[in-house]
Amino acid sequence: MMRRLILVLALIFAALPALAAIAPDEIMSDPALEARARGITKQLRCLVCQNQSIDDSNAPLARDLRLLVRERLKAGDGDDAAIAYVVARYGDFVLLRPPIKATTWLLWFGPAVILLGGVVFLWLRVRRPKVAPAAPAPLDPEEEKKLAALMGESQPKAGP
Amino acid sequence: MRLRFVVPAFLFVLLGAGFVYALVAIQSGKKDPSAVPSALIGKPAPEFALPAPQGFPAGLSAADLKGKVTILNVFASWCPPCHVEHPLLLDLAKEATNGGFQLVGLNWKDKDEKLAAWFKEAGNPFARIGADPDNRVGIDFGVYGAPETFIIDRDAKIVYRYAGPLTQELLRDEIRPLLAKLKK
Repeated sequence: MMRRLILVLALIFAALPALAAIAPDEIMSDPALEARARGITKQLRCLVCQNQSIDDSNAPLARDLRLLVRERLKAGDGDDAAIAYVVARYGDFVLLRPPIKATTWLLWFGPAVILLGGVVFLWLRVRRPKVAPAAPAPLDPEEEKKLAALMGESQPKAGP
Repeated sequence: MRLRFVVPAFLFVLLGAGFVYALVAIQSGKKDPSAVPSALIGKPAPEFALPAPQGFPAGLSAADLKGKVTILNVFASWCPPCHVEHPLLLDLAKEATNGGFQLVGLNWKDKDEKLAAWFKEAGNPFARIGADPDNRVGIDFGVYGAPETFIIDRDAKIVYRYAGPLTQELLRDEIRPLLAKLKK
C-alpha cells in the first residue's frame, strides 16, 4: 500500500516538467538552442497571467513570446541579447527576477535592513545595564514611632 | 513612560491609514495593482509597415505617424471590451479633424473577415487600420492584451499608453486634455 503510494507520487513528480505549456510545434530542432530557449522563457513573466513564466503559461501571448525568443536565438542572439530584446518592449516587469538597480534597492535590501535593525535594537535592549533599584529612603522619626508601635502590638519587646 | 504606548499606537494608526488609502485608491480605480508599466513611454514608436485588412482602404506604417498627433488603438473583433469601447472611438473619430489628430487602429491577432463583418454593422472609427494577425508589431509596441490605446506625438514619440477599455472618465480626465496639449 505504502509502496504503491510512493510510486504514484514519484510518477506525478517525474511528470511535472511536462506541465510546461510549450507545444510540440514550437520546439526547435537543435536541442542545444531549445535548451537555451527554455532557460530564457522560464525567466520571463507572462503578462497575461502575471505569476506564471511564459514557459508555463497557456496564454496566446506567452506562445507568441516563446516563438519570438526562439526566433531571436536562431538569428544568432546570445541569451542576454534575447532577454534584452523582450525587456526593451515590455520593461523590467517581464523579468521574474528583478534587476538590482536604484529603484529596486528597497526590494532587494529592505528585508535585510529591517532584520539588521531588529538585531541592533534587541542587542541594545539586552545589553543595557540593569538599573539597580534605588535603596528606599530611611524612615523619618514619625514613621519609626509608628513602626515601633505596630511591632509592639504583635510581639513582646525583646530587650537588648 | 508614556512614550511606550504612544509610539506603537502611532505606528498602528499609520499602518491603518496606509491600508485605508490603498483600499480606497484601488476601489475608485485610481490605482491598479496589476497594471503593467509601459517601457515605451517617451521612446520613438517602432518601425513597422502593415497592410490593411481585406476590404479596408488604408494600411498603417510608421511613416503614417510622422507629422501628426496619433491615437493608436489596439483592438480585435474577438475582444469583448473592444466592443464596449467602440462607441467612444466613434465619438473620438468625429473630433479628429477639429482636434488635429488622427485615429488609427492596429487589428491585433484577428481575422480580416470577422473584422469586416463587425465594422459593417458597427461602423469604422479608424482612418487607417494595420492588420497584425501574428502579433509581430503588437510585440514591438509591448502590447499584452486588447484593447490598448497609445497616443503618439508629431515626432512619432509614444507619450501615453492605456491598457484596457476606454471610458468617458478617461477621455475627459486624461486623453482629451493630453490631445489639446499636443495640438499646440
